[in-house]
Amino acid sequence: MDPWYVTLIKALVLCLVLLGGFAYMTVIERKLLGRFQHRYGPNRVGPFGLLQPIADAIKSIFKEDITVSAADKFVFYLAPFVSIVFALTAFGAIPAGPAGSLFGFNPWVMDLDIGLLFVFAATSIGVYGIFLGGWASNSKYALLGSLRASAQMISYELGLGLSALTVIMIAGSLNFRQIVEMGVWSLHPLLWIPLIIAFCTYVISSIAEINRTPFDMPEAEQEIVAGYLTEYSSIKWALFQMAEYVNSFTAAAVISTLFLGGYKGPVFLEPWIPGISSWPFIWLILKMAIFIFLFIWLRATLPRLRYDQLMRFGWIYLFEIALGGAILTGFLIAFVI
Amino acid sequence: MTIKEAGTVSSSVQGHGDFETKYMRVNVGPQHPSTHGVLRLVVDLDGERIANLIPQIGYLHTGFEKTMENRTYQQGVTYTNRMDYLHGFAHDFAYCVSVEKLLDAQVPIRAQRVRVILNELNRIASHLVFFATGLLDMGALTLYFYTMREREKILDIFEMVCGVRMNYGYFRIGGLSRDVPEGFEDAVRAFIKDFPPMIKQYAAMFAKNDIFLQRTRDVGVVTQEMALDYGLTGPSLRATGLGLDFRKTQPYSSYEDYSFDVPTATEGDIHARFMVRFEEMGESLKIVEQALNRLEPGPYKDPDRRISLPPRSELENSMEAVIFHFKLVTEGFHPPRGEVYVPTESARGELGYYIVSDGGSMPYRVKVRIPSLMNLQSLAPACIGGLFADMVMNIASFDPVLGDVDK
Repeated sequence: MDPWYVTLIKALVLCLVLLGGFAYMTVIERKLLGRFQHRYGPNRVGPFGLLQPIADAIKSIFKEDITVSAADKFVFYLAPFVSIVFALTAFGAIPAGPAGSLFGFNPWVMDLDIGLLFVFAATSIGVYGIFLGGWASNSKYALLGSLRASAQMISYELGLGLSALTVIMIAGSLNFRQIVEMGVWSLHPLLWIPLIIAFCTYVISSIAEINRTPFDMPEAEQEIVAGYLTEYSSIKWALFQMAEYVNSFTAAAVISTLFLGGYKGPVFLEPWIPGISSWPFIWLILKMAIFIFLFIWLRATLPRLRYDQLMRFGWIYLFEIALGGAILTGFLIAFVI
Repeated sequence: MTIKEAGTVSSSVQGHGDFETKYMRVNVGPQHPSTHGVLRLVVDLDGERIANLIPQIGYLHTGFEKTMENRTYQQGVTYTNRMDYLHGFAHDFAYCVSVEKLLDAQVPIRAQRVRVILNELNRIASHLVFFATGLLDMGALTLYFYTMREREKILDIFEMVCGVRMNYGYFRIGGLSRDVPEGFEDAVRAFIKDFPPMIKQYAAMFAKNDIFLQRTRDVGVVTQEMALDYGLTGPSLRATGLGLDFRKTQPYSSYEDYSFDVPTATEGDIHARFMVRFEEMGESLKIVEQALNRLEPGPYKDPDRRISLPPRSELENSMEAVIFHFKLVTEGFHPPRGEVYVPTESARGELGYYIVSDGGSMPYRVKVRIPSLMNLQSLAPACIGGLFADMVMNIASFDPVLGDVDK
């Protein structure tokens, strides 16, 4: 255990890193979308448009902060904070390197035995931010958006939980570090089948969880204007955006940790650079980058599903495939291995 | 159910037990990201299911018809293309064809060919906007930029021909305002060569996409019977299985010279409306190519001095030319008494100008048969019972231009 002040400093640094990451992910996303769409993306502010997020931040802080007169004021102010606080909290449970690898400190904020459950809990509470925001705005479009967010949550959470169950059963732990240390190469090859199934269903459910295309119904701009964000402006709007991007970081980090060995680097590089596979941060960030790129790529490519189609998809396909995978895992563990 | 009836349906449903569920009345537009202009829809929602839908139009009413009744016939061309800003040449075309029939003017074959080329290119440009915005309404961002890229090339050709990219005003009654510039044929040929691979690229973006198919198949179905009852025309009617295309059935301005197919589909859903337009782009390209191959040098406007202005050179040595010039500029020509209507095919459907002449230099009455307005009547029956997200797709699939609707 680290002393409390070290944990506090690490938590603060993590928040700053995540918010900085959010700022630069907006630039990366816009640049990549630009490239997908035969245009440049932001390139005016600073070299290569790198100062764009600063300009955006200044703009959103100084915009008029409109509070709808008919809104439930307390909840209206509370909702963005619920979203951002729990989005930031969730990331704290994810280890970014082996124990003691960060100058003798542990590269994580919390080492929880129920790490995965904690992430699920925190991200689920984050949905309340969306729901409360839409409800308190006293706007019909915002209400529709938050209804969609709630309906969506019911449909993806099952797939998400059951896919994670496969990993939990194989690793025998909810602790992220034990899941990482499990090492997929040392497993019985038959177990790879349910793991691959779980990986696919988990990635799809994660995209639904973070409200990104093709599952971005809660803020479907062309249908319900901006969904739950319709009545928000200025920094409150920016907080929702932050929460959304931080959630996609969390989703990418959880996928990497559960299925791709998280913070562990490739061992075959060890003969050249000793110790490279246990460097903190770098491997987790690289693996997360793959998924962040995937999220952006999907946004550039796919149209949006209808919300009843997502519900059907979640309940009929995701749920049953993930359930099948989990049952297969249980069977393999009990009788074959 | 007509639109009027839709508005009078009780705005609540009786649930089980004592409670009563009220529909949520949502006002969509006139300022909404995907009503394609200033269309306002009053929607009663049961959850996300649409119970009633009442379209409200008139936010862009400009009074074009009345204005045209107070201008000479030739000046009318300035107004026609401002109604449908995406397929402006179709309006110029329809108006000119009608007045020319009234006047019995002889349009030279070169002018007819150029008109057809420009009209068909404009139809492609209009359909490109249809796909761009239609897919954008579904949340697919990227196709927008791909189709706009080709639309730019078409607009470049228009700019070359008449100096502007919108509100062309290039056609004149009796022909064209001036001959096409040098390099026009090469530019069109280059486009004909470049475009087919791009069509394949668009198809790859959405035609086999499972989400696109799920969103559009069996959604917003308009049967052929309904379509005829509601006066649906154009690609949306052809998507119900009836191959009515005025370029084929009542050819005007040399359309009878070209061989092309009229794409149809039978389902009548949003998917059919998308695919019919998609195939139409290829057919339009065929027409452009044939018209371009037959484009021969010659006069570009009716030589009749009572209809078109005399060339500048004649004014210097012919008194008669000066008199005609003076009469045309100050007063315009006087078509004989009578009325005329020529149906033409715009990118949106049957477009025609009903013009009544009292023998004066200005039309006594101009009434435009606007396809966007008539097609919008089918919106309510197509949407009611569907989901809110489908409504957006339905609007996109009828392809209304609000300048055209409200005129």
